[in-house]
Amino acid sequence: MCLAIPVRIAELGEKETAIAEIDGVRKEISLALVEDVRVGDYVLMHVGYAISRLDENEARRTLALFEELGRLETREER
Amino acid sequence: MKYVDEFRDGGAARVLVRAIERDLDAGRRYNFMEFCGGHTHAIARYGIRSMLPAAINFIHGPGCPVCVLPIGRIDSAIELAQRPGVTLCSYGDTMRVPASHGMSLIKAKARGADVRMVYSCADALGIARDHPERHVVFFAIGFETTTPPTAAVILAAAAEGLENFSVFCNHVLTPAAIQNLLDARQEREIAEVPLDGFIGPSHVSAIIGSRPYEFVAEKYAKPVVIAGFEPLDVLQAVWMLVRQLNEARCEVENQFSRAVTRDGNRKAQRMVAEVFELRETFEWRGLGELPSSALRIRPRFHDFDAEARHGLAYRAVADNKACECGAILRGVKQPRDCKVFGTACTPENPIGSCMVSSEGACAAHYTYGRFRDIAVRAAERAA
Amino acid sequence: MSPVRADYARPVDFKHGRVDMSHGAGGRAMAQLIEELFLRQFDNPLLRQRNDQALFSPPPGRLVIATDSHVVSPLFFPGGDIGCLSVHGTINDVAMAGAMPIVLSAGFILEEGFPLVELERIVKSMAHAARQAAVPIAAGDTKVVERGKGDGVFINTTGIGVVPDGIDIGGDRACPGDAIIVSGTLGDHGAAIMSLRKNIGFTAQIRSDTAALHTLVAAMIAAVPQIHCLRDPTRGGLGTTLNELAKQSGAGMLIEENALPVRPEVSAACELLGIDPLYMANEGKLVAICAAHRAASLVAAMRAHPLGTDAVRIGEVIADDHHFVQMNTGFGGRRVVDWLSGEQLPRIC
Repeated sequence: MCLAIPVRIAELGEKETAIAEIDGVRKEISLALVEDVRVGDYVLMHVGYAISRLDENEARRTLALFEELGRLETREER
Repeated sequence: MKYVDEFRDGGAARVLVRAIERDLDAGRRYNFMEFCGGHTHAIARYGIRSMLPAAINFIHGPGCPVCVLPIGRIDSAIELAQRPGVTLCSYGDTMRVPASHGMSLIKAKARGADVRMVYSCADALGIARDHPERHVVFFAIGFETTTPPTAAVILAAAAEGLENFSVFCNHVLTPAAIQNLLDARQEREIAEVPLDGFIGPSHVSAIIGSRPYEFVAEKYAKPVVIAGFEPLDVLQAVWMLVRQLNEARCEVENQFSRAVTRDGNRKAQRMVAEVFELRETFEWRGLGELPSSALRIRPRFHDFDAEARHGLAYRAVADNKACECGAILRGVKQPRDCKVFGTACTPENPIGSCMVSSEGACAAHYTYGRFRDIAVRAAERAA
Repeated sequence: MSPVRADYARPVDFKHGRVDMSHGAGGRAMAQLIEELFLRQFDNPLLRQRNDQALFSPPPGRLVIATDSHVVSPLFFPGGDIGCLSVHGTINDVAMAGAMPIVLSAGFILEEGFPLVELERIVKSMAHAARQAAVPIAAGDTKVVERGKGDGVFINTTGIGVVPDGIDIGGDRACPGDAIIVSGTLGDHGAAIMSLRKNIGFTAQIRSDTAALHTLVAAMIAAVPQIHCLRDPTRGGLGTTLNELAKQSGAGMLIEENALPVRPEVSAACELLGIDPLYMANEGKLVAICAAHRAASLVAAMRAHPLGTDAVRIGEVIADDHHFVQMNTGFGGRRVVDWLSGEQLPRIC
């Protein structure tokens, strides 16, 4: 519920495990709770388990919204 | 895209704060309950309150599984740990929680009980495999994010036919807690802190989806925005809630779309349903007995249920009379309204559940926010 | 020096031997261990006096004395071990007064059964650290405790140093307006130790930063003799050290999160565990507080030294009756950096 962080899948292992990587730190995690995860994907990791795959398109859309707000603001100021 | 720094960008933060300021209705306050420990932590760690106008008020809800865990359940865990041949594995969060008779798991360990801190329930399973001569009990706590990993280890233990592993299950449910506090607030006619909307939990929602919150909007007419746990997510969710209120909309919106869908993680939900069933009722520290709010292990997995296997007798333990945690957990009082906050009750010596975990409302406020109280008290005295 | 004295039947077996109770009993076995290990490795003119104490004339000036006991586990970690840590730690405590360390002592409590090959490795590491720092280990002691009553080895080191005239450094000397400076990246040692804990389960290329800081301090006081405060943020990290200094000086502090130097791997390891790098131990870093107009010269002097290349100003001392240490977060908000409450444990929540 609380402490989950985005990590990149660096390698797939046996029996639903994988090596996750974040800024040079590597950790073995379980993929037992997710499906269709590939090397290069990002997942949310909680207590050593991937709980959700992160959708890059959705992430970009969310970030684009911040940029859009910034552009609207600049237009209004002119 | 690494999903971290991009959502912590200070420039985008300023833009969002200005958007919120522009959209605020003058003269009204906006009271939003944040339920999830990840949000409490983000708000505190990044100093988000200090960035927002005073009209925005965050109320911390009962989303901390350590805080709502009754003392009696910890007593049971300590009792188990003290039995010969038992190895009790626990997450770090629960190790220092004070239980009855001045004990805690960490003190039991100091007195010779085999208590081990684990980062993951999978580690507990590993210890059971490596030590067939010990009986390993995993002390399971947590909301719906933490429950699927417990389900996974029970399924793995069952598949392997492990005979020396069981789980002491204290998993609780988010929608039940939200419903209870909304019902309790509706029953009281006395004026209290109004609650205008919810910042929905990030990781619980990645598992259960956004659908389970729809009753909040439909039945209780409160908007919900499910938010990611990075600070920009929190700010965007605040902005979305402000707009819903201004436009008299009442919906469940999903700001955390990069990880949350309406249906959630079906695979994880299936595994949980296979292993667990609903308890008719369960005691929540500070909130009392809540119906259909917690899980127990199904009879099929009886061998892995520590309560069934070890015959644990539960004894309820009442909280200190001066403790205002119940009111604080429901969002009707603030930490500084509690007489013992910061005096008798501190993170080193917690009296009540809200001070026990660093995500608890009182602990978070003590560590990060009490310097603002001083300004408030000075202003009140001057007035 | 002749390798083996005729009195001893065989040399100490450093490959396969283990510590046993006779090594602490005061008899021949103990004398042989001391001779063949400690005296051989630490060898210096003071030790060659071969007395239970070392006689020396201190240079003129005010003296400081500091002591540290080392119980770190694991004993060996990337970047160092308990041996060099114990030498660096006490040299640094002495140096934080602005003093030049002149001599060290080392007391060992060994657990029965501890492998001599590891003890030799530790002692060689200490000897190397002491020689590199040019600070002799002049006195020592060895005791052995029964198996189960020690964690392999505990080491106590005590150091004496001399403070040059005109230097007045103390935790109570910070004034509102002063600049707060750190000498380099934060949390390296704490993260290196954490990453070795079995139940943490991650691998990372994080090395402890353990180092002797006395030559850095000498360069600093040569550039800015009027430094107000120096302290090394060991246990409890920078957050704890700043709170200590704030309280001692009766002031508050305001630091900038964006200015704090933290390696990406250390940051990632902390995120994984839910631990704040502000509270992770540092064993080769220091915090300096000086008047604002001298900060630039001080940072420049630090950056010119190999142990201070990442030195940076991180904030300022402010007037505050409550002695809060506050931080402007990278995100734009402000929060308090409080005292650490108990040991940080990894959390799920």
